Amino acid sequence: MSVNVQIKKKLDSFLLDISFQSDSRRIGILGASGCGKSMTLKSIAGIEIPDEGRIEVEGRVLFDREQKINLKPQKRNVGYLFQNYALFPTMTVEKNIAAGLQGSRGENEKRVREMIEKFQLSGLEKRLPGQLSGGQQQRAALARIMAYEPDVILLDEPFSALDMYLKDQLQQELLQMLEDYEGTVIMVSHNRDEVYRFSEELLIIEEGRNIVSGRTKELFQNPVKREAARLTGCKNFSRVHRVDAYTAEALDWGIAIHTKRQIPEDTKWFGYRAHDFVPVWGERKENMLKVAVKSSAVLPFERNYYLWPEKMPEHASGDSESTVESQLSGGYAECRQEVCWFVQREKLEELDKRGLPDYLKLREEKLLFLE
Amino acid sequence: MEEIMQILKELEWSPLFISLKTGVVATIISFFLGIFAARKVVKASPGKKAVIDGILTLPMVLPPTVAGFFLLLLFSRRRPLGEFLFQEFNFKVVQTWLGCVIAATVIAFPLMYRNARAAMEQIDVNLIYAGRTLGMSDTKIFWKVIVPTAGPGIASGTILTFARALGEYGATSMLAGNIPGKTGTISQKIAMVIQDGDYLTAGIWVAVVMIIAFAVIFLMNLISGKKMKNVGRW
Repeated sequence: MSVNVQIKKKLDSFLLDISFQSDSRRIGILGASGCGKSMTLKSIAGIEIPDEGRIEVEGRVLFDREQKINLKPQKRNVGYLFQNYALFPTMTVEKNIAAGLQGSRGENEKRVREMIEKFQLSGLEKRLPGQLSGGQQQRAALARIMAYEPDVILLDEPFSALDMYLKDQLQQELLQMLEDYEGTVIMVSHNRDEVYRFSEELLIIEEGRNIVSGRTKELFQNPVKREAARLTGCKNFSRVHRVDAYTAEALDWGIAIHTKRQIPEDTKWFGYRAHDFVPVWGERKENMLKVAVKSSAVLPFERNYYLWPEKMPEHASGDSESTVESQLSGGYAECRQEVCWFVQREKLEELDKRGLPDYLKLREEKLLFLE
Repeated sequence: MEEIMQILKELEWSPLFISLKTGVVATIISFFLGIFAARKVVKASPGKKAVIDGILTLPMVLPPTVAGFFLLLLFSRRRPLGEFLFQEFNFKVVQTWLGCVIAATVIAFPLMYRNARAAMEQIDVNLIYAGRTLGMSDTKIFWKVIVPTAGPGIASGTILTFARALGEYGATSMLAGNIPGKTGTISQKIAMVIQDGDYLTAGIWVAVVMIIAFAVIFLMNLISGKKMKNVGRW
């Protein structure tokens, strides 16, 4: 099992330049809308043709510009699950499943039966896609792909059009259905929860380039790049003025940070997830942020606070304050946004009892060092 | 009333059959040509699209007599193509039933083509991509996915084409003329009897045309209405 993709393609607003390889069976591609992730999938499927590069799947070369190889989509043996499932609207479920089968009539019928049973579509064979629920449509679309026995299955934002309740249900269903599939599955999404749940290995794309890749869990713990951290859901960022290997000023938060870990020299940003703050009542210690609420939002199971950042504390080196000010006024002002603090239900009780905390503690091990 | 019965009894029915025959044949030709042209145009690059679309739609916008003029230029036996067709294949277009069919086809074709094209352009491209990744050939995708999905548009195109071909007058009168029993269509018959001031006979033919037109449209709506059960009702 392996996928090796190196492609370049000129798009309207940027150059798509993706290169990744993986032996993992479940690969996730995370990126904002319009970053080129769908284009990458379409290139693998042969729907779009890259300007340059090479695509190899399971040891089979699907595309190689230099060797002038460009298999037709029909010959690539790649299954593609579209966001809207793209079931043929005038064909019944069984005709949809049989649509791509090349075998004899008897073989095809047998295959269709198998798929209908496997994907719990019994009783729906004669229905048209318009008469199916969202979940049934997903199953039918997947049955149609699986009937064709593809080497790879590509999932193109399969859940982004669904409401929250259905989304969770269908995600679980899809994961179960794909469980015994031997081949590689690549899922593209802009939703961090989806890719986290699904993929073993993750590729993060921004503006047509893959900025980081690696094991999914590790990438969420250490996203390395600021943009990658943002896509994995990190809300708070601050520019870093590194004083020494264990001390730095977080310019946008207005506090000094002391660490036991060495701060790498190329660290340009600190990142801190909104859920990771620890409320502190009473005395101020190291790595704390004074709570000054700018606004708040109440959600069913959570409360979001948006806090003002602090001014640099007195003990920061004398001339740094002026540099901070000049930097802040010099076009960086928009970076100086509020700090997000999200409090989950378990902690809310304490908050309601004791009132707003005086400080928020940044746990050192949760602090992200980013480029 | 008696007068009408008398006329009906003596009525020479050939215009009805000529018109129907012409309408059916012209519709069949337009159906396939229109779908074929629509497919080509949908796939073409924007520049090409504009030019080809313009040429194909022209017969609909021009006065039928202008189309008739060009058809005469093409098929007259005093012209190279007309002479060639006659010499080689013994094809006579001018003043023949073939002329009726060609005139009706040329005039009615744009309706078929435009409706088919509009319906095809509405189709979700993902359906085509899905077909390709499932290993379906482009021809199979076209006939099994695109044409059925564009069904309602194609059906309405067919109805309009038939209705237009059935009533064609201008180009037909120029190319095929009005030879009773041969090229005399209902429209031409009506025009002819009106010139004689025979409003009663003209009225009967008008009624015939209206009944046919209504029946066809009603029938087609019924058929497509049954097939399109899953299409929402407003």
